[in-house]
Amino acid sequence: MFSFCTDPSILPQWQWFACYLTTATHFAFYRAFVMVIILLIITAPIALGMGLLGAIAVRSRIWPVSWLGRGYVNVVRGVPDIVFFMFVPIALGQGIEWVFHHIQCPDWDQPIRQGNDFIVCRDAKVPPIGSPAWVRDLYAFAMAVIAYALVFGAFAANTLHGAMQAVPRAQVETAEAYGMSRAQAFRRVVLPQMWIYALPGLSNIWQILIKATPLLFLLGIQDAVYWARELGGQKTSLYTYPHPDWRVWYFLVLLCFYLFLTWGSERVFSRLSTRLSRGQATAAGERLRKAAA
Amino acid sequence: MRSCAESFEGYILRALGRAWGERLLPRGLDITLCDQLFLIASGLIWTVYFAALAIFFGFFLAVGVAVARFSENPWFSRPASAFVFVFRGSPLFIQFFFCYSAFVLLPRSGIDIPLGFITLTVNTSTLTTAQVGGLIVLVLNTTAYSAELFVGALRSIPKGDLEAADAYGLSGFTKFRRVVFPSMLRLAWPSYTNEAIFLTHSTTLVFLSAFPAREQAGEAFYYARYFVDQTFNPFVGYPIVAAYFIALTLSIVGLFGIANRYLNRHLPQERRARIRFRPQYLR
Repeated sequence: MFSFCTDPSILPQWQWFACYLTTATHFAFYRAFVMVIILLIITAPIALGMGLLGAIAVRSRIWPVSWLGRGYVNVVRGVPDIVFFMFVPIALGQGIEWVFHHIQCPDWDQPIRQGNDFIVCRDAKVPPIGSPAWVRDLYAFAMAVIAYALVFGAFAANTLHGAMQAVPRAQVETAEAYGMSRAQAFRRVVLPQMWIYALPGLSNIWQILIKATPLLFLLGIQDAVYWARELGGQKTSLYTYPHPDWRVWYFLVLLCFYLFLTWGSERVFSRLSTRLSRGQATAAGERLRKAAA
Repeated sequence: MRSCAESFEGYILRALGRAWGERLLPRGLDITLCDQLFLIASGLIWTVYFAALAIFFGFFLAVGVAVARFSENPWFSRPASAFVFVFRGSPLFIQFFFCYSAFVLLPRSGIDIPLGFITLTVNTSTLTTAQVGGLIVLVLNTTAYSAELFVGALRSIPKGDLEAADAYGLSGFTKFRRVVFPSMLRLAWPSYTNEAIFLTHSTTLVFLSAFPAREQAGEAFYYARYFVDQTFNPFVGYPIVAAYFIALTLSIVGLFGIANRYLNRHLPQERRARIRFRPQYLR
């Protein structure tokens, strides 16, 4: 990175660190933090969307839809989450390949599961054979996002369903008295008002989502945990930057990163809670009204 | 191929180490369904070990931390709050890695703590095993989460109860033991049940993180993952371990339900707090 970094073994302390902390592998480590943020930003809206769909499905008057919603919420919540994180990417990957296999190679006569192998024809491989490394990485990342969205969607569905029930019944009845249909009342009255009731639960889920991101490591993705282990491990003098076992410092950085993330989001959520309480028929809303008057 | 009885004999106690069953785990095409059922079941030994001991030690520590946090003296409440913040604000997975890499740095020979008349030697090499080091992390983690629940309960103890205690002339530790502690426990119990369930689920992370599984002796999810890696078939191992965990969860709900009934025995039926089955959150 810097011009003086050509021979690190003769550098004084601070320059050595300046060079050490700007190696290519360290930039991969820093990118891993950005990846955590990206994962959160992508997953949260998808999970919220799935939660909304799930909650609407649970409320539905058509019983197959309602049962589907209930089934989704209860199955995901009843099974230990970590099992789901490990299960979904593999199962989904095999499922996709299975479907492609039946579309692309209908005249394939051998069984797909042979002993301990999962064999599909060449055209059905996802991502396709010979695709570059970044496509593979992206595919693995997308699978992880789907797993997170599925699990956290079920949590969110449960919270949102509770929030929809919590909107005062009288308001919905008033809307119906004005001649609104069920859908209209839902769109104009329930949907805008439910958020304040959903917020504590959603904030909790968000915190859990943050704390679940290091599990990416278990899915074989080169995330911050992976790099902390790689970079922190003892390096002999064969390496350009020899150092003893520094893993504890790397994990301390990770620990602080997550503490900062949870602390920051707690503050954001408390702001949001004040904002959403405005004009609501709750104790917090009443307090805001009195303060303004 | 092994028969079911053979794999029961070979693997039901395998999680305790090589001496307790087959030396090697079943591999590749040699894996039968019974192998998976029994080996994963044997891993439950460690799941129960971690969960039971962590809940036991964590409970007493959590009561202490909660009281310290609720105290008006900043010398007690500040450190307690900081402890709770650090362990609740960071992922358990990272805590495992951090503590393991810290334990590894301790001198191998042990640390001598002079206590004046006697010198206590702490055996540091056991700290790098999952059975001790991992347990310590789990205890600290559950202490933080339960302390938060207990503080919430301390805050919501009815004012009348405390005033009644004062009126009876109770003070200090007697007041705590007879009035504050039982009320706190009663109020916190439903959420404490959930905490116990989450803790049991998070024991799966012990062997998935830094702590090594010596002699391939791990807990249930470690074996489930081993089988999925071997057979490349996620539709057998993971459902088995999920079923075991659901059974474990239900037994925790049952046990804690008995305790809940005992704590609420003075209340009329309909006012008793119910324990709700909510086994979802990880940390």
